[in-house]
Amino acid sequence: AGVRGCGGVWRRAWQHGAGGPGPSSCGQRAVTSNGRGGAVPVGKSGLAPWVAVVGLEIHAQISSNSKLFSGSQVQFAAPPNSLVSFFDASLPGTLPVLNRRCVEAAVMTGLALNCSINKKSLFDRKHYFYADLPAGYQITQQRVPIAVNGNLSYSLCTDNKMSQMVTKTVRIKQIQLEQDSGKSLHDDTRSQTLVDLNRAGVGLMEVVMEPDMCCGEEAAAAVRELQLILQTLGSSQAVMAEGQLRVDANVSVHHPGEPYGVRTEVKNINSIRFLAKAVDYEIQRQIEELENGGTILNETRAFDSKLGCTVPMRDKEGKQDYRFMPEPNLPPLILYDAKSLPANTNHQQVVNIDWIHERLPDLPSVKRAKLVEQYGILPEHSFTLLNEDGLTEFFENVVKQTQMKPKKVIGWILNILLSHLKQHSLTVKESPVTSVLMADLLNLVEKKEISSTAAKQVLAELWKGEGKTPLEIVKEKKLELIQDQKELEEICQAVIDGQENEVIMMVLG
Amino acid sequence: GVWRFQVSAALKEGRVGPRELCQRCLARIKSSGVLNAYISVAEETALKQAEESEKRYKRGQPLGVLDGIPVAVKDNFSTAGIETTCASNMLKGYISPYNATVVQKLLDQGAVLLGKTNLDEFAMGSGSTDGVFGPVRNPWSYSRQYKEKSVPKSHSEDEECNWVITGGSSGGSAAAVASFTCFAALGSDTGGSTRNPAAHCGVVGLKPTYGLISRHGLIPLVNSMDVPGILTRCVDDAAVVLGSLAGHDPKDSTTIQDNFKPFELPDSPDVSKLSIGIPKEYQAPGLSSEILALWSKAADLFKNAGAKVTEVSLPHTRYSIVCYHVLCTAEVASNMARFDGLEYGHRSEMNKSTESMYAATRREGFNDVVRGRILSGNYFLLKQNYEKYFIKAQKVRRLIANDFLKVFGSGVDILLTPTTLSDAVPHAEFIKEDNRTRSAQDDILTQAANMAGLPAINVPTALSERGLPIGLQFIGRSFQEKQLLTVAKWFEKQVKFPMIQLEEVKWHSHDVFQHQKSASFS
Repeated sequence: AGVRGCGGVWRRAWQHGAGGPGPSSCGQRAVTSNGRGGAVPVGKSGLAPWVAVVGLEIHAQISSNSKLFSGSQVQFAAPPNSLVSFFDASLPGTLPVLNRRCVEAAVMTGLALNCSINKKSLFDRKHYFYADLPAGYQITQQRVPIAVNGNLSYSLCTDNKMSQMVTKTVRIKQIQLEQDSGKSLHDDTRSQTLVDLNRAGVGLMEVVMEPDMCCGEEAAAAVRELQLILQTLGSSQAVMAEGQLRVDANVSVHHPGEPYGVRTEVKNINSIRFLAKAVDYEIQRQIEELENGGTILNETRAFDSKLGCTVPMRDKEGKQDYRFMPEPNLPPLILYDAKSLPANTNHQQVVNIDWIHERLPDLPSVKRAKLVEQYGILPEHSFTLLNEDGLTEFFENVVKQTQMKPKKVIGWILNILLSHLKQHSLTVKESPVTSVLMADLLNLVEKKEISSTAAKQVLAELWKGEGKTPLEIVKEKKLELIQDQKELEEICQAVIDGQENEVIMMVLG
Repeated sequence: GVWRFQVSAALKEGRVGPRELCQRCLARIKSSGVLNAYISVAEETALKQAEESEKRYKRGQPLGVLDGIPVAVKDNFSTAGIETTCASNMLKGYISPYNATVVQKLLDQGAVLLGKTNLDEFAMGSGSTDGVFGPVRNPWSYSRQYKEKSVPKSHSEDEECNWVITGGSSGGSAAAVASFTCFAALGSDTGGSTRNPAAHCGVVGLKPTYGLISRHGLIPLVNSMDVPGILTRCVDDAAVVLGSLAGHDPKDSTTIQDNFKPFELPDSPDVSKLSIGIPKEYQAPGLSSEILALWSKAADLFKNAGAKVTEVSLPHTRYSIVCYHVLCTAEVASNMARFDGLEYGHRSEMNKSTESMYAATRREGFNDVVRGRILSGNYFLLKQNYEKYFIKAQKVRRLIANDFLKVFGSGVDILLTPTTLSDAVPHAEFIKEDNRTRSAQDDILTQAANMAGLPAINVPTALSERGLPIGLQFIGRSFQEKQLLTVAKWFEKQVKFPMIQLEEVKWHSHDVFQHQKSASFS
């Protein structure tokens, strides 16, 4: 089989001096992506082009009140070790009790990613010694995960202006439920490790994406779409900066028609922007390594966001054998659908897949299509609306309160409002200009009471958040468009009178 | 209802008070210290609990049959406020912040918790000889019956080397019940750890169906086989304790959801309509001829009572012990991984690195037996061995369970087998073989019930030629404890197992309890 879902072909950006791209030679490297959909002729150097293959393993923290197998609360940035039950600390004799909410979140996510939901899934123990893993094993779903064989469609633009969007699909291999670990804080100066178990046992969904992507941009777009889906479902808050969404990338390169190359795993990627960078860096590094006659090691590498490069990670225990074993304290997880649901079941005791399916909210792709259809905006605008948290609601509120056509409103919101927000590093919800004020302002424009230029000035005033209405600002700053012919002539006359010499010069030509 | 624990009738009638009862038991624990049955004695809290119970009786509002009854618990059940050591350096000084569900249930019903009983380290053994607090001595070592038959009268100094083991790993609990220091004790049963010492100490040892009693708080040996066990002096008492412990526990997902209804056993059980199976594979190599004879006599008892007695076959039995060891060590390796010295328990002084601290902690904390099982368990779980050992053992486990299903499906109600190959051996002899060899021999007749999750009970049957107890085992259908115990009770009535005659001198005991007509108080 050829390279699936990806026609991107790489070649070397430029020639380098001696030595591979080790940490010392890290730096920004341009990487060219040569079209999409077709092999590219052999490069100038006479070398065959390279094809990159990117797969992702994504850990999404489940948004739930309590942990996957215990009653401890889940909360970001709580005081260290304040959310630790006896089970989380692995006190002897404690047993896991599965949190129904986590199961439902995984089922929702599976359905949203077009997976088939396994009506029977199993839990396994994965063993390794680490300070933040108190039991010495993680409970995960190695043999039979809760959801398998799905896919995720995502779009990305083929030029910088976002006017050309292509839709791609990545297959989802599986979604498995598993426990998060605690956090180790290494204090090198005092050579000690501090352990915080607040996160230990929090529910994770591991989403495994097949290697259907071929560059950082695709990986980033896929993860962004997944993030939006999770946030829409509420199954995860999916904030990368808070570690609720963690992405590991498997990267390899090969020549078209040849088997896949040896892959490396890139970890420690904590934003979508860095994901694109890390993947592209790693692709370029592997190409250079191979072209310089080197080999790629099957290793784990960490992305260094400061240096913008990947560096080998020291393995925790050398070659790991996780000694998987069935978790004997949890019976198989059985899910039901309308057909298999036994009569007289206590609904508190069972999870009904169909019930969850019927209650799935509109997914981002559906929301976008609806926006395009309802408001006649461009598809790429619908992407921007969904990409910024709260922007769609803002847009729709403005549209409701103004006579201006949605097609025009979108320009104001995407070009003007958004750039103000970006300038001030604010989120939509933090915007000092509410949708009501925005609508008032646009109404003034729509009624031709002020010009677009004036409206921008008013917006800048509104940004100060002094509590004035757009109309008040217009009055105060005398920004009204003059509708009265006579008044306009008088103003012109006054200007001309004040500039007598210039006028004479002009008349004289 | 009928008061089963006879002592509880005495309590109810005011012939004895909980406080007095508790004090007497505590005194008896002290005087029988040579047995080494207890690791911790919770004198203060026990007296406080007895005091509370006394008040309830005075108000005429006891909580139930167990109110005021002194009990002991194996030291691998978590008890808030009392050390839980598992007889290991690893957990010496460890005080659990919570009670195991079974402990909580006993306390909630007014039972008085005297202390924690001795065992093999982490319940890994069949002698109660391999714990960090030393071996448990079988009370029968100090019985008139044993001394008359086994100890040459001229060599009284030999007594020290003639004492016999209790069996294990719940030897402390068995000895505690057998020596009248308590009225019931909890053990745990993974491969026979309750039934084996019960057989050697001449008490009833019940291993309920897997999933009937919560394991929450029981420090695990093998999660998929562990069951809290019940040790009492008679079958009726075991039924009472079972009734107070059984049922769903939201903290243990492997307990059954259905409500458990406590039951009483009929006063005159009838076995005439029953079908008793005698599995031929249990004529294992090494089975002593007197046990074999006793077994066949027991079968005749049933036959004479009108029961249908047939020989049955459980063809995979002979593979059971090997598979048991693979599955047991694999789970042990996994379960023991948590003991790294970080959160609780022993931590080595070694501080070169986290890894070296782990290694030293585990070397210092675990004995050779535990370390050996961890090592082999990890070997079986290695990627290249997993299919070959673990998966294969699991498959055979299924075959073993199916053997039982087939036999029960063919109309057999209860299986009758020996519990042990022989009576208890002297400690000096027992330690000549290593733990692994001993476990393989001693669990041979008991672990299959664990592999299949079935309920099984040891009923003391007779004394051996050496004056030591011999027990027989009944194995029942899953969750058919009532039937199993009914048969056991009938059998108990037939065999009239003799009461232990402990030497008064040694124990300075003026205990009224052992002068009652039977050992059982029922």
